Amino acid sequence: MDEIDEIVQEFLVESHENLDQLDRDLVALEREPGSRELLGSIFRTIHTIKGTSGFLAFGNLESVTHVGENLLARLRDGKLSMTPLTTDVLLAMVDTVRELLAVIEDGGTEGDVDVTEVVERITAVLEGNANPPAPTPIAELLPEAEEPAPVAEAEPEPEPEPEIEVVLEPVAAPEPAPVAAESVAPAAPVAKPPAEGEEPAARRNVAESSIRVDVELLDTLMRLVGELVLTRNQIVRQAGEQDGLDLMRSAQRLNLIATELQEGVMKTRMQPIDHLWSKLPRVVRDLGAAVGKSVTLAMVGRETELDRSLLESVKDPLTHLVRNAVDHGLESAEDRVAAGKPREGVLTLRAYHEGGQVVVEVCDDGAGIDPDRIAEKAQASGVRTAAQLAQMTSADILQLIFLPGFSTAKSVTNVSGRGVGMDVVKTNIEAIGGTIEVESVLGKGTTCRLRIPLTLAIVPALTVECAGDRYAIPQVSLLELVALDADRAATAVEDVNGASVYRLRGALLPLVRLTDVLGVESDRSDGHVLIAVLQAEGKRFGLVIDRVLSTEEIVVKPLTSRLKSLGTYSGATILGDGRVALILDVQALARRALTAEALERGAGGATNEEQRAAREQLRMLVAGIGGGRRVAIPLSSVTRLENIAASSVEVVGSREVVQYRGAILPLLRLDRHLGTMSERTGDDLVVVVYSAGARSVAIVVDEIIDIVEEETEVHSDIDDHGLVGSTLIRDRIVEVLDVRAAILAADPKFYSDPEVGLDLSDELQEAV
Amino acid sequence: MSTRMVTFTLDGHLYGVDVAAVQEVLRGQTRTRIPLSPVTLAGLINLRGQVLSAIDLRALLDLPDRADGTEPMLVVIRVAGEPVALMVDTIGSVVDVDADQFEPPPDTLAGVSRDLLLGAYKLEDQLLLALDVDRAVAA
Repeated sequence: MDEIDEIVQEFLVESHENLDQLDRDLVALEREPGSRELLGSIFRTIHTIKGTSGFLAFGNLESVTHVGENLLARLRDGKLSMTPLTTDVLLAMVDTVRELLAVIEDGGTEGDVDVTEVVERITAVLEGNANPPAPTPIAELLPEAEEPAPVAEAEPEPEPEPEIEVVLEPVAAPEPAPVAAESVAPAAPVAKPPAEGEEPAARRNVAESSIRVDVELLDTLMRLVGELVLTRNQIVRQAGEQDGLDLMRSAQRLNLIATELQEGVMKTRMQPIDHLWSKLPRVVRDLGAAVGKSVTLAMVGRETELDRSLLESVKDPLTHLVRNAVDHGLESAEDRVAAGKPREGVLTLRAYHEGGQVVVEVCDDGAGIDPDRIAEKAQASGVRTAAQLAQMTSADILQLIFLPGFSTAKSVTNVSGRGVGMDVVKTNIEAIGGTIEVESVLGKGTTCRLRIPLTLAIVPALTVECAGDRYAIPQVSLLELVALDADRAATAVEDVNGASVYRLRGALLPLVRLTDVLGVESDRSDGHVLIAVLQAEGKRFGLVIDRVLSTEEIVVKPLTSRLKSLGTYSGATILGDGRVALILDVQALARRALTAEALERGAGGATNEEQRAAREQLRMLVAGIGGGRRVAIPLSSVTRLENIAASSVEVVGSREVVQYRGAILPLLRLDRHLGTMSERTGDDLVVVVYSAGARSVAIVVDEIIDIVEEETEVHSDIDDHGLVGSTLIRDRIVEVLDVRAAILAADPKFYSDPEVGLDLSDELQEAV
Repeated sequence: MSTRMVTFTLDGHLYGVDVAAVQEVLRGQTRTRIPLSPVTLAGLINLRGQVLSAIDLRALLDLPDRADGTEPMLVVIRVAGEPVALMVDTIGSVVDVDADQFEPPPDTLAGVSRDLLLGAYKLEDQLLLALDVDRAVAA
């Protein structure tokens, strides 16, 4: 029994599976006797069994299926029509085939099953002189025939378009297929798990190595393991707080077991990537034909497994990459020959595990991507400036193809090159916590590499606190944490015309306050600033949070679509103490932050973000400037309030400047700027310092009256010099300062190129 | 034809939902608020490892806010197989009502509650307002 060789074993498993399908098809056929599709499907199944049994020298099996096939061919071609009699003989044939298979499984040979009767009955129907010798009543046959294979239903063999089924054929027959067919061979796994054991005794030996399990049951197990992981987190934490050595040991043991169990259960949900790849040979072939290229598809590591929920998410991006590679990556045959390459292009799919991730590569041996062309395009479309491009490595420039709307296709084909694509691929991959990168050697080929997490259900995350609530940030987006105490925060967090930034090792990191995003009030009042440096959508930004709690593995629970549509949370989780925490959608946060950033450059239409930014701007510092006038200055522009001695004001050229913290600040007297007279007496000046990057100006006012936290709106558009309008604050009319105009009045070069700015300050220093 | 209803109160009124839809009744659950969500979503709760949305029925029905310090109860119902928690003031009991006690909402009833109430059952001493759970959850 054990020495049934592998081919036979595989043949048995597949045939049992095919027969189950056959039973369903036959019964369905009775209901719609004319269905060519069903007939075609049945014909192919029998044809496959026939072919393989011939190959494996199972003569009886071959003769039964041979006549069956003939009958089916007639039916399919419409030369015969279905009658209850034909159904009967076909079902009888299926039963005989089953019987034969069972015997083969038992002994490795066909034994002495008598097939002549069935063959005769079928032949009789074929020849039209059917004389049914008391046909088995259909009612008796039905129950067995209808017995459904539950898993097969949960994961149906796709209602096949005939052509695909043709492609499938060589697989079902495990004869040594030619190479071309080999690369076309689809998912063995669908066929691999043995049929359900309706005759357990007879099939035990095939069934014992693997069983089919309802996907729902696996999901339930996964959920339970998730709970166990949570409880483990709880217990491990509590054990850590107490000092019982035994408890500690048990907790550690629990920790280990839970981890192993988690891994084990996760493995049950794993499916080989071949599930996806099996569709690709056809895609490649059709596409190759459409664009007139001949392509060989090679697949390496098709048994590499990943979570089934992820397979689905990777499908579209992967297909897109493959299409791209065939359409744009590979050159036409003529070009290839001219370049001294074989006519046939090679597209290689490679999958492997690395560092807890699945790496999937799509490589072509085509022309490669020219970084210069990308750079040209980037500059032409204004996504990067020449200066930026000059500083980028070729590898970095290549990654620009993932920017929205970036396409280098010379011609738009019906396949790709519509200017969308790579950015969508990137978005989709990032949505599941993966990354994508591209490598290319000009003239040699291009490789797109996807890195995908093994599973989505349990992810490591950082838990943080904001306004008393706890949130989880997936570790995959987290780069580092920065903690600033109050003193450092006061100077280190700077301001680019209203957008806070932090200098992280010299580079400006845009800051996003989680409290602002969520519209809640921070409960942190000691001035400390905690920044989680996050990366998403290819951009870094700093998320300002109240507190960092811990890192732990969290179990991701889906949110209702309504909550998902808020665009802020990607899921929820239950923390160690049983409370629910929301998982922040870092991608969505980044998108918001980036919009806001673009807005600072004066771009973009009226979006929610813009309105929110406008509201922030309207947190006002109210200052008196004399003549009973009050001016509101957007607080976000202000870095410091100072009192300076009037005597420290010096004059450079026609301008007043003041020395401040080792730098020279141009001074603007707001009263004069706005056409009034200061009423302030005394020998000190009240100064509002406004900084951007290395540059600051000092705006002199009479007195600081208030900082208004409430949201206000500019009510009128008085078109007066230096003002953007007026507003009502605490029942008084307050003029809203046009900060930009004011600053330009003090320092005309404030907003211009930083290099120019340096020159200016040098001049100033010389002058002093 | 008689229907069995689980009753609860909201701002002094008696409401009811079909007993078949009710999974369980809870109290004293910590709710995690959801910034940016509509006011009718009172937060998320952990029900034995499942994350449930809690719907603030007072907010949904345009009733005044619950007085501070009073703790709401949660009625967990299943809509389309998915459990959802409804936040109510107090739980009443299970009552049997007859179809002939039922009347659709009065024509004068306007606003959100018209959409969310199936109608009223005339009990002896008061009216039992039947909540349309499907709409309440979808709203």
